[in-house]
Amino acid sequence: MSVSRSLLVTFSALLAMVAMPAAAQDSLPPAPYAYNQLADPEQEAVAQDLMETLRCLKCQSQSIADSDAPMAGDMRHQVRTRIEMGEEPEAIRAWLVARYGDYVSYAPTVSETTWPLFAVPLLLILLAAIILWRRLRART
Amino acid sequence: MKRWTLWVPLALFALFIGVAAYQLTQPKDEFIASTMIGEPLPEFDLRAASLDRPALKTGDLRDGKPRLLNVFASWCIPCIAEAPHLETLRRQGVDIVAVAIRDRPQDVARFLANYGNPYSRIGADDLSEVQLAIGSSGVPETFVVDGQGIIRYQHIGDIRASDVPLLMQKLAEAQ
Repeated sequence: MSVSRSLLVTFSALLAMVAMPAAAQDSLPPAPYAYNQLADPEQEAVAQDLMETLRCLKCQSQSIADSDAPMAGDMRHQVRTRIEMGEEPEAIRAWLVARYGDYVSYAPTVSETTWPLFAVPLLLILLAAIILWRRLRART
Repeated sequence: MKRWTLWVPLALFALFIGVAAYQLTQPKDEFIASTMIGEPLPEFDLRAASLDRPALKTGDLRDGKPRLLNVFASWCIPCIAEAPHLETLRRQGVDIVAVAIRDRPQDVARFLANYGNPYSRIGADDLSEVQLAIGSSGVPETFVVDGQGIIRYQHIGDIRASDVPLLMQKLAEAQ
């Protein structure tokens, strides 16, 4: 192997180590309120509470408060600017749910599809109570 | 007499295992569909994302003509894959406008020079505001918008050759 060729191989190996990931990142700086808190600590606390219960759409197991995805940063910017303008947190959540469905919110809601999640545990407790009551009564 | 009710808990357990095992074998659907289908586009007025194409605002999509609204970015790899199929759609007479997500003009220009420019207008969405407002969760995505600016259909992910007839059909339905 010639010197130039071995250099090329080394160079390619180095390039492979810094290979471009499949999901490339953009080159714009983060949105102004992606990583900056609101000046008013009370408003920031409200925004933080809301951001922790909104799902990142790019990284679906994280909240937007947890995620470094650029889109999550843009969502934090959106939440913080709306809170700053005096919008209610639940109005912001409703705005997002109107666009992405229940999926975007981590806050549990009773709806047409989710009511069994709330009803089944109650039924099970009721069933257990009935069985327990009948057994205890049979014993005495 | 054997009490058959004794087997009910086991049967329930088996049912649970069965459902869980079935769900585990199903591929996970990670697409989040927009719930804005049938809704009007939000009001927006974006600056031009590249020098050789005009900017984009909601009014441009209310001229009575159905078209495609493509959400893309120069840093998006699958957007390269769909570029030739967007060109096919353009050649079939489809008007395609675009929103470039978090992009610099020089990067958009480089992307269009490399992979073709099927767009009649390109707006720059630096804070993903329009993307969030139309319920798009990534790039690339393509929306069919009718002549009144109502979102009629969403295609998530890159457009393949096999998706072109469906998009043409959805555009015809939006007439």
